[in-house]
Amino acid sequence: MLYNVLIAPFVDMAGSPVFFAEVVIGGLLTGVMYSLVALGFVLIFKASGVFNFAQGVMVLFAALTLVGLMERGAPVWLALILTVMVMTALAFAIERIMLRQLVNQEGIILFMATIGLTFVLQGLGETLWGSNVKALDVGIPNQSFEVGGILLNEFDLFAAASGAVLVTVLAIFFHYTRIGRALRAVADDHQAALSVGIPLKSIWVIVWSVAGVVGLVAGIMWGAKSGVQFSLSLIALKALPVLILGGFTSVPGAIVGGLIIGVGEKVAEIYWGPLVGGAIENWFAYMLALVFLVFRPQGLFGERIIERV
Amino acid sequence: MIYREAGQFKTSYASDQMVFPILQDRWCIAAIILLAYAIPLMANEYWLQAILIPFLIFAFAAIGLNLLVGYAGQLSLGTGGFMAVGGYMTYKITTSFPDLNIIVVFLLSGLLAALVGLIFGLPSLRIKGFYLAVATLAAQFFLGWIFNKVGWFYNYSSSGTITAPPRKMFGIMIAGPQASAEVRYLVALTLVVVFALIAKNLVRGKVGRAWMAIRDMDIAAEIIGIRPLQTKLLAFAISSFYCGVAGAMTVFLWLGSAETEAFDIFLSFNILFMVIIGGLGSILGSFLGAAFITLMPIFLTNAPPLFGLTMPIDTQKHIEVMIFGSLIIFFLIVEPNGLARLWQISKEKLRLWPFPY
Repeated sequence: MLYNVLIAPFVDMAGSPVFFAEVVIGGLLTGVMYSLVALGFVLIFKASGVFNFAQGVMVLFAALTLVGLMERGAPVWLALILTVMVMTALAFAIERIMLRQLVNQEGIILFMATIGLTFVLQGLGETLWGSNVKALDVGIPNQSFEVGGILLNEFDLFAAASGAVLVTVLAIFFHYTRIGRALRAVADDHQAALSVGIPLKSIWVIVWSVAGVVGLVAGIMWGAKSGVQFSLSLIALKALPVLILGGFTSVPGAIVGGLIIGVGEKVAEIYWGPLVGGAIENWFAYMLALVFLVFRPQGLFGERIIERV
Repeated sequence: MIYREAGQFKTSYASDQMVFPILQDRWCIAAIILLAYAIPLMANEYWLQAILIPFLIFAFAAIGLNLLVGYAGQLSLGTGGFMAVGGYMTYKITTSFPDLNIIVVFLLSGLLAALVGLIFGLPSLRIKGFYLAVATLAAQFFLGWIFNKVGWFYNYSSSGTITAPPRKMFGIMIAGPQASAEVRYLVALTLVVVFALIAKNLVRGKVGRAWMAIRDMDIAAEIIGIRPLQTKLLAFAISSFYCGVAGAMTVFLWLGSAETEAFDIFLSFNILFMVIIGGLGSILGSFLGAAFITLMPIFLTNAPPLFGLTMPIDTQKHIEVMIFGSLIIFFLIVEPNGLARLWQISKEKLRLWPFPY
């Protein structure tokens, strides 16, 4: 038994390094997809302190809107622009109707409100665009090829590349633009930001729009991979362990956390899963994150929690 | 005029420390409990099975979660998992020892759920807030997986479901699908009344005060001599006990048979909704929240035909979901402290009525 758990999997890994490398790369690429979802969470949490459970359903809503527009004959570029506009309008509405009324409430109330928002967006998306599974094709290449004996998929590489581009663009946006600096100021300290004249409300709209656009990118990737359907919103649940692993407030944390979870999950499923009957992907990420947390309560890159009486 | 404590003098320590110090409250509670016991005489099968029994069970679970979230301040999303422990362990124990009284089995499996809760409560010593909430999701998914995978828990039945066997007490069938809805309702009601009273007493005693101190600020609580380890773990254990018994009731008094899907993450969210809409840190709130969340979907399903609206069934489902979500947001905006707070405000108004100053 002990041999099976502690030694055999490693013997397997050493026995076929090519297969192991394939597993790890597959995990890394899935991890990128998790990171994309987690990124939206982090942006909103940093800027407004809202733990936005609706991020998953925003991914779904963006993908649904995109597919719906394309089904009605819009070319890809037009559909993309329109979807971005819809997500911005959504951010505006959320700020106006929900967040503004809930200023200064406790975190848990805001969290619950975003779960309510999840229901609203899910109902709205499915009422507008129907609830059947839709294929999403925006012309991403999808062919497999071999590099040094390792099978790779163009689509996964494309996803990884667009993830990298997105993060770079966000980093530049945060560091070198006026709005980006304002966003970082708000993330640091709401009151101080207000006192130097940064309009909190418009900042929130911007952050939610950016999160919506990030959600759209994630939605395109996931939608092209597994079809646009209700279960897409459940990847929010996959992004949560990524978040606590990386820390709620850290963009690099979301990326690294996503990669760790992606690889850990795949490796565990393939080498240890059969020992306990498989399908451990559902909870393994949480357990991994939990073990991490016991040693680092604020996640890998989270701000150190300092408490005063 | 009607609701006023003027003239009700406390002449002994016992009367000073009553759970319900105001005479009118006592009469009200007594009347409500009496009415609740008389309901089977009036209500039909559908009302009992579809509304009242689930309401009681959810209220039970909501009380349990309220002890943890509302009183001890530890946010948990693992309720469904702990309820699954209760349901599956009751099934396992009662099929292994068919002669054991089913109520005893309920409590035993509640204790087992408490043990599981204790284990998953351990991280709460290190992590707080949303980090803890996500960590408790580990309990939710892990427990759901284990009851699905390990055949021992459902006696290796091919479908993977657990079916409540018929169980008798005092010669009357009280659990399982063959028991009449009236009897199951009365059993659930008795359990709820007893355990709500226990919870009410718990939170005003030493334990409850320690919980509230931890909730308000755990470092300060530690400084005044409350042990965070014992207090937090006790909150997890007792809360999981309540959830476990509620899970057992779900299988044996309501559904009759269940799979792990009956205890999924959305159940956890629903119970958390009940606690928050009802009012954090209020036993009464748990009941109000449970009533609200149980009744609203039923109302939403039946409302459109009443207004003469007809629409395709799936469109109606989506719109229902939407309205449910918006109502939750609406309630959080209007009264973030929950329905219990509204009740408190109306009580204060009532004391001054009809001469408010």
